[in-house]
Amino acid sequence: MTPLADDVAAYLKRRARWSPLEIAFWIFAFATIWLFPGKYLIMKDTAILALFALSLDLILGYAGILSLGQAAFFGIAGYFSGLIAKYGIINEPVIALILGGLVAAALGFVTSFLVLRGSDLTRLMVTLGVSLMLGEVANRYSDITGGADGLQGVTVAPIFGLFRFDLYGHNGYVYCLIVLFVCFVIARRIVYSPFGLSLRAVKGNSLRAAAIGIPVKWRLVAMYTISAGFAGIAGALLTQTTAFCSLDVFSLDRSADLLLVLIIGGTGYLYGGLIGAVIYRFLQDWISTLTPQYWQFWIGLVLVVIVLVGRDRIGAANEAVRNTISRLWMWLMPRAAALRGAAPDGT
Amino acid sequence: MAILETIGLEKRFGGIVAARDVSLAVEKGARHALIGPNGAGKTTVINLLTGVLKPTAGRIMLDGRDITALDPHQRVRLGMARTFQINQLFLDLTPLETIGLAVSERLGSGGDWWRLVGGKTAVTDEIVEIVERFRLADVMHERTAILPYGKQRLLEIALAFACRPHVLLLDEPAAGVPEAERHELLATIAALPTEVTVLLIEHDMDLVFSFADRISVLVNGSLFVDGAPEEVARDPRVKAVYLGEEADA
Repeated sequence: MTPLADDVAAYLKRRARWSPLEIAFWIFAFATIWLFPGKYLIMKDTAILALFALSLDLILGYAGILSLGQAAFFGIAGYFSGLIAKYGIINEPVIALILGGLVAAALGFVTSFLVLRGSDLTRLMVTLGVSLMLGEVANRYSDITGGADGLQGVTVAPIFGLFRFDLYGHNGYVYCLIVLFVCFVIARRIVYSPFGLSLRAVKGNSLRAAAIGIPVKWRLVAMYTISAGFAGIAGALLTQTTAFCSLDVFSLDRSADLLLVLIIGGTGYLYGGLIGAVIYRFLQDWISTLTPQYWQFWIGLVLVVIVLVGRDRIGAANEAVRNTISRLWMWLMPRAAALRGAAPDGT
Repeated sequence: MAILETIGLEKRFGGIVAARDVSLAVEKGARHALIGPNGAGKTTVINLLTGVLKPTAGRIMLDGRDITALDPHQRVRLGMARTFQINQLFLDLTPLETIGLAVSERLGSGGDWWRLVGGKTAVTDEIVEIVERFRLADVMHERTAILPYGKQRLLEIALAFACRPHVLLLDEPAAGVPEAERHELLATIAALPTEVTVLLIEHDMDLVFSFADRISVLVNGSLFVDGAPEEVARDPRVKAVYLGEEADA
């Protein structure tokens, strides 16, 4: 290979490299298992919310599709995993979780064709409409879903037959965290693949994307389907770790919360959903202990401030931090390479 | 043999006829120019050829194959690529990533979701070749949004070229390029390989007459005159409707 070709390959791969900050993030995330043993329940909720937000970021941040109906996928997989556990069809939680994701992905694939038509506003309405309809279907067939009382009598078998969902929520939290991490790694791989890059191109300029041979529609369908699958896994996690599923899995609140999480955390860099979920959940927890009745007032105020201060400015600060880190990293890398080059077997 | 041919192509927008019975034949390896006054329907014809618009009537043949019903990306795969009159680039991406997109798509790996970008030698080698041919190596790591206009125009052409077209449609490639950057652009266009058929849509008569070996004149949505540059330049009707004094000068 010529030097330029090496340069090109290295440069293209550069974005996909794990930065020290990312590694630190995940080390801390796993350290919370030992650091905050009294907070398992809220941390478990946060991990599920983070995965759910990650699913929305995949379509909002990487494909530019605005949705108010992610709860449809969350809910359908939630009920699916609850029902198969209740009737003992599949007892192994991990397999049930994957199946839940696949069911949600199938729903995502079918509904994607509705969503791809039209503008942002139509998309908001269509996605919202689908989740409302599913919620009402679950309500109507209460003999299966338990209706307004929720799905009772779900017993979830131990994970791999070894790890029981204990009362303290320790195993449940570890389970959610591992699932979140695995899903994150897959999502990260996807967005740094040629497929992910082509979606950024579609988001940036779909006219040109088609003019260089990118099948715009199919790429969007694929991303929507993947996103639905991730949302489904989040929904199944909630059912499995609470041994319960109720109609509110389909609620508009749930989809709207998700948009708030991404507004707080930012879109299009994958960590937005994760960081946003942590801030949102703990802010909610903290404010609701201070003022149990009126906590939503403060959440509202925080949102207004964030929007007024400007996502741009927050984004710019964020960008500046990331640029500094990546420059530092670039500065360190050649030195590391030079050191390796000095080794006897180096070339 | 005509590599690109339209047969009785027509496009109506409500009551307005933007293209009327356009039967255009572009010979293999030609340097064909399509000219016409503003509003003559040149851009409509390009949009019909590339599939952005679907014709009201008529057919489009590429390499003997009817492509009238195909989507834009399918036509690209069959070997027809275009540039845009107004830059249509991915402003947040670098020229490297932009060209990489087109190359991976052509090599059939654009939908790979598990492989990382930059991991396939066939793709990176071809990117290098294109970056060098279009002299974009010095800016390949910059964000496209901050490139000088002339470089963006080059990238427009490089991107279409990266699709390895048999037929390349250039929509006013020199539009808006400052004098200082113009020479590099024109040299690049002149240096396009001869096996690539070029259909040039252009306003700039100097460029048309220095480049084209065949010229078609479009007026009010219809083909008016079609012939070698000397014939077109001599044609009194063309002088009357379009060239005006320019042809005498």
